[in-house]
Amino acid sequence: MAAYLLKRLGMSAITLSLVAVTVFVLIRLVPGDAASLMLGESATEAQLEILRQRWGLDQPLPIQFLYWVGDVLRGDLGTSTRTGQAVLPLILDRFQVSAVIVLVAMSLAVLIAIPAGLFAAWRQNSLSDFLVVTLATLLLSVPSFWLGLLMLLLFGLKLGWLPVLGYVGFNEDFLRAISFIVLPVATLALIEAGVLIRMARASAIEILRLEYVAHARAKGVSEWKVLAKHVLPNAFGPTLTLIGLLLGNLLGGIAVLETVFTLPGIGRLLVDSIYARDYPVVQGCLLLTASVFVMINLVVDLLYPVFDPRVARV
Amino acid sequence: MPTRFNLLIGSTILAVLFVAAILGIVWTPYDPMLLDMMNRLQPPSGQYWLGTDEFGRDILSRIMAGAATSVGIATATVLFAVVFGTMIGLVSGGLRGWFDRVLMAVTDAVLAFPGILLALVLIVILGAGGMGITLALAIAYMPAVVRVVRSTVLSVREKEFIEASRSIGNSELYTLAAHILPNCLAPISVLATSMFGWVILAESGLSFLGLGVPPPAPTWGNMLATSRPYFEQALWLSISPGLCIALALLGSNLVGDALRDRFDPRMAVA
Repeated sequence: MAAYLLKRLGMSAITLSLVAVTVFVLIRLVPGDAASLMLGESATEAQLEILRQRWGLDQPLPIQFLYWVGDVLRGDLGTSTRTGQAVLPLILDRFQVSAVIVLVAMSLAVLIAIPAGLFAAWRQNSLSDFLVVTLATLLLSVPSFWLGLLMLLLFGLKLGWLPVLGYVGFNEDFLRAISFIVLPVATLALIEAGVLIRMARASAIEILRLEYVAHARAKGVSEWKVLAKHVLPNAFGPTLTLIGLLLGNLLGGIAVLETVFTLPGIGRLLVDSIYARDYPVVQGCLLLTASVFVMINLVVDLLYPVFDPRVARV
Repeated sequence: MPTRFNLLIGSTILAVLFVAAILGIVWTPYDPMLLDMMNRLQPPSGQYWLGTDEFGRDILSRIMAGAATSVGIATATVLFAVVFGTMIGLVSGGLRGWFDRVLMAVTDAVLAFPGILLALVLIVILGAGGMGITLALAIAYMPAVVRVVRSTVLSVREKEFIEASRSIGNSELYTLAAHILPNCLAPISVLATSMFGWVILAESGLSFLGLGVPPPAPTWGNMLATSRPYFEQALWLSISPGLCIALALLGSNLVGDALRDRFDPRMAVA
């Protein structure tokens, strides 16, 4: 177990370094002088010179990278060229908004998908199985920004149950904050449930074919217990891996949803900063989102042996 | 049975899409860019099958022109990602050694950026427009192809028939191309089909954000984005482009599922 843990931690550390190199290279690929990109148009020649010195811009790229990593590790991601705010608190603040939506949506999706997938697998090839799979395939084919727009139209404009524009923080007014995230959460949860139902069903079908399930049934264990005690825990492993990947993908693609629902999340911040050529913020959003994705995958892999102890022994 | 049914529906959707896209290049009922302020926000009718938008442009014509753009970009992206991804994967898995290790590090680095995040930033560097988007998406999706091809190469390279090819004096490169590559075609075709749908979705998403092919050229994504202010009075503006994206995605999902069931019987659970 300890070896598995160490190996997995080491791999994450390598991936994180690769993320840092990629972000560094990407930002350097943007046409223009790195110092002026980071300080914006209003910077004076003296300010530019200070930054060039500090980042060693007259030195070879690998040395420049080390200077840059040093700043990043100290939490210094620069200041927004648009608003003058420090980047780190800004992106953390916006990230919270996205994280709440993504996490709540994913939890709901799992709560819908696991029972639905298990049920479909248990009733494999029946009409109800066919209906569950068809519904799941339809759901996962709907673009989030379209489903979001239609939800806004129905529940926001036609029925008037929920607000259409804006956002309120949870620390300001908890109940109103909930009313603003209901629709985006529902949109994501429905789509992700579509993906997860199919995965949960496929894993459960594989388990149901195994001998120990037949053995448990032959012993007279009730169907309910077979599903809950033998199938569910074993089918959850592969689904867990998918949940990790989906969480990352949701964060990476959250900008479209935040645009539909005018939410001040990290995705919207990234797109706005791209438009405004606010490169320090673009860089911060990239670093944060990719690092979180790496960490999610790490957590998933560390949780995996809980469901499938064979993994840790390899 | 359900597999064949899915394949039939999926391939029909994709066929209609491709026909609409090709037709959209040469002919549309109206000029998709033609402004006609006398006929703005007309609901669907015999004259305008899908209605008109806020500038009186015919939606059906714009949907067809948008199909040409979206399908064109998606096809080019998938081709690019598959051709270069396969080459890299073959060489990487075939040669192994430091070359393989460097390539895998690059692949891992790219895969660490989830969703359309990498494409978003690459577009800043490469510039918006058909070419920039195609390249950006191709770079973002290529690592998936590299991974699949490489793992297939690794799994077949020690088999007897590969050993036989080497022992009769065939070069490593010939063995790769003549004996290992054909084994990769099944997983590649499954991946490419699903990827087509992902790229359509990603391209529409980027267009929706205003980072796709710039207006006034119609794309499904930018049609959906500009429909928003007219939501309540002209719902048809939002229905048709969204439905087209969803159908394209559904078609490629269904065909992708059917191909996977066929090539990988272990996964055939439907």
